[in-house]
Amino acid sequence: MSKDIRIKKGLDIKLVGIAEKNTTKSSLSSIYAIKPEDFHGIIPKLVAKEGAEVKAGETLFYSKSDERILFPSPVSGKVVEVIRGARRKVLTIKIAADATQVHKDFGVVDVAKMSEQEVKNHLFTSGCWPFIKQRPYDVVANPNQAPKAIFISGYASAPLAADLEYTLAGKETELQAAINAVSKLTEGKVHLSVGANSNSVLSKLTGVELHKVSGPHPSGNVGTQIANIDPINKGEVVWVVTPQDLVVIGELLLTGKFNAERTVALTGSQFSKPQYVTAIAGATISDLTKGNLNADNTRIISGNVLSGNQVEEDGFLGYYDNQITAIPEGDDYEFFGWNKPIFNKISTSRALTFSWLNPKKKYDLDTNTNGEHRAFVVTGSYEEVFPLDIYPMQLLKAFMIKDLDEMEALGGYEVAPEDFALTEFICVSKQPHQKIIREGLDLMRQELG
Amino acid sequence: MGLKQNLHNLKEKYKGTKMAPAFNAIHTFLYLPNEVTHGGTHIKAADDLKRTMNIVIMALVPCLLFGMFNAGYQHYAAIDSSLRTDVLANFFTWDNLWIGIIKVLPLVIVSYGVGLGVEFIFAIIKGHEVEEGYLVTGMLVPLIVPVDTPLWMLAVAVVFGVVIGKEVFGGTGMNILNPALTIRAFLFFAYPTWMSGDKVWVYDAVNRTGTPDAISGETILGSYAQNQEVIYSNWDKFMGFIPGSVGETSTLLILLGAAFLIFTKIGSWRIIVSTFIGAAVMGLIFNGIVNADIITESSKFYGLMNTVWWEHLMIGGLAFGAVYMATDPVTASQTNKGKWIYGFLIGFISIMIRVFNPAYPEGVFLAILLMNVFAPTIDHYVVQGNVKRRLKRTKVKTA
Repeated sequence: MSKDIRIKKGLDIKLVGIAEKNTTKSSLSSIYAIKPEDFHGIIPKLVAKEGAEVKAGETLFYSKSDERILFPSPVSGKVVEVIRGARRKVLTIKIAADATQVHKDFGVVDVAKMSEQEVKNHLFTSGCWPFIKQRPYDVVANPNQAPKAIFISGYASAPLAADLEYTLAGKETELQAAINAVSKLTEGKVHLSVGANSNSVLSKLTGVELHKVSGPHPSGNVGTQIANIDPINKGEVVWVVTPQDLVVIGELLLTGKFNAERTVALTGSQFSKPQYVTAIAGATISDLTKGNLNADNTRIISGNVLSGNQVEEDGFLGYYDNQITAIPEGDDYEFFGWNKPIFNKISTSRALTFSWLNPKKKYDLDTNTNGEHRAFVVTGSYEEVFPLDIYPMQLLKAFMIKDLDEMEALGGYEVAPEDFALTEFICVSKQPHQKIIREGLDLMRQELG
Repeated sequence: MGLKQNLHNLKEKYKGTKMAPAFNAIHTFLYLPNEVTHGGTHIKAADDLKRTMNIVIMALVPCLLFGMFNAGYQHYAAIDSSLRTDVLANFFTWDNLWIGIIKVLPLVIVSYGVGLGVEFIFAIIKGHEVEEGYLVTGMLVPLIVPVDTPLWMLAVAVVFGVVIGKEVFGGTGMNILNPALTIRAFLFFAYPTWMSGDKVWVYDAVNRTGTPDAISGETILGSYAQNQEVIYSNWDKFMGFIPGSVGETSTLLILLGAAFLIFTKIGSWRIIVSTFIGAAVMGLIFNGIVNADIITESSKFYGLMNTVWWEHLMIGGLAFGAVYMATDPVTASQTNKGKWIYGFLIGFISIMIRVFNPAYPEGVFLAILLMNVFAPTIDHYVVQGNVKRRLKRTKVKTA
């Protein structure tokens, strides 16, 4: 049975630079990097020291809290550098890729005959476990807890997001194999969402409960979908996988190879030709954007403009990201910018801002904060873009004062930082909502488990 | 651009010094800062707090201009009541505006000068940026005091209001009471003779008391409270050609301001609408009491209880309070449901105090201050509803 999700509260941020449906195959980068920070909350224990030769899929490090959770190298090559930060924290592991890639063979398996534990073990050893994340806390799933359901969002509503219908085309077999495997991990249902008018390969998969999603962003956020389908209560856990990671899992099951290759959207106004490229997780950004990027005073983001991470041109594609966005930096003053009528920026108010006149217009926004950080003043505006049954400002304030009882009561288990990206975008007081939520969730995880 | 670069260099020079907040306040007034996002969202919407506050000030300007003309009009009309026969011809005159310029503008200047001075001092001492809250407060204050309020009184009240009403709580966004109303309340309780009676509402009436040139300017509420007839038509009351605090008299302009605030999504329509509803309901109740002959004409409450319910919405400070004061997002209820309750109670209690207060026939500012105190309580119960719903979800599961 399908249950449709209609979202009314939200905001579609329309930007210049949507990727054209045209994919080029990028050549192999010379350097790939894995950043343990992409796996929030994981303390890495290094296995592959500097100088070690690794195959694609071979372990680079494992989680200190659970030795079964392995993190693999995306390519075969030599570990050339391990960059450490304060207190010897591992920041980046750089691998120089071999010219011919060698994949570690994990063996072809028949999922139908495997038990839950066997599936788990296979995902552990092959380094595919980190693809499964959990709510609450938005971290790599804890394999010791049983999820009440698994959620897959096949609908991308974030600004300039990669069109999943396009990037997943032709991957039916991999996706179906992966669905068959992950559905063994839960007693509950596997919920899969697609856009209301989508013809995506996802809508042809079996063994899932299909949901058609419509409405503005954040309708594609898995957190919004969970809240609508089966909200998380205290003590419950749900697991979350992205479709592109399911493809990797599927290929592993079918071929025995760990292949972290994906189709990445190059988006934003600073690309001369916004389009798609194929890339392996951890690839050097400049290899993907070569000849296409206007890098002068540009913000490069691995991910989308709302919750992606800033990277330099010589930085690396994030482990989970399927999008690179490049927009102009906004480090300039604007004369009387606070009171003159504004036509070239987005606003949800009409305070001499005129984006409401032309809802279809695409904007070229820069990274200026458009004002200074202030205490919370305006009320009632967050609610207009926040579709969860939660009081966003009250929850943020509870997170700021670290009142654990309040955090729990007001819905702290149900949120992830990305759920607060839109409220952060429209915040008149320019408060760092996602950071507040992330720090609060870390505290809850530490104190409440 | 020269100025832009020079200011940027100065900003770098002042960075980290005591004077940085003062300089930045002026700098960010001229230029939207060059700050970029770090972590979190990489883009931000166009609105900031300055823009928000600016919209409220723009909504207040018509009331201020009208108040300046009205200051002169009430003065001359009190001397020569024949002027009232043709209001439109005698209202927008240079003579009237001149009285406004010499009486109302000083109130605005003192309000902003003293208030921003206190804000700057606190910002420098505490090392935070000068926040925009006072931009609106500074405009509200001159509009809610009688025109003859001595400037030194206003200055004392502003210092009290900003320090006790706001800064002791941590500045803009942290205060419990509306600072402008705190200032008004301070004036009311500290200098009651200057805030009520039939002299203070018209320029020069105080000076002339006891002389052959004595003039009087009782407000409508004052007349009703004494069970007297009023000379003003409903048209006068709606348009605002009546004595009262500087900017509160014109219901028409206040409603235009309300429309602007609601359209720009800066003011909460929920609070504005529910305040009017609350006042109308209380007015209807009092009308009902009079109709049922529960009180007689000799009762001291008769005049105000007998006032038709919709007239209550036009006279006194109710409309101004509902649109500009009750909607202050910091001191109002913060939840949408709470805003309905909060606004309704403000309107309801305003009219109640207006009728029953023997000393001063107006209750809007007291009602708003009272509800400011109760707003967090209202929110608490609204939010608890959400919490309970969440808990219930768990229980349904486990049962």
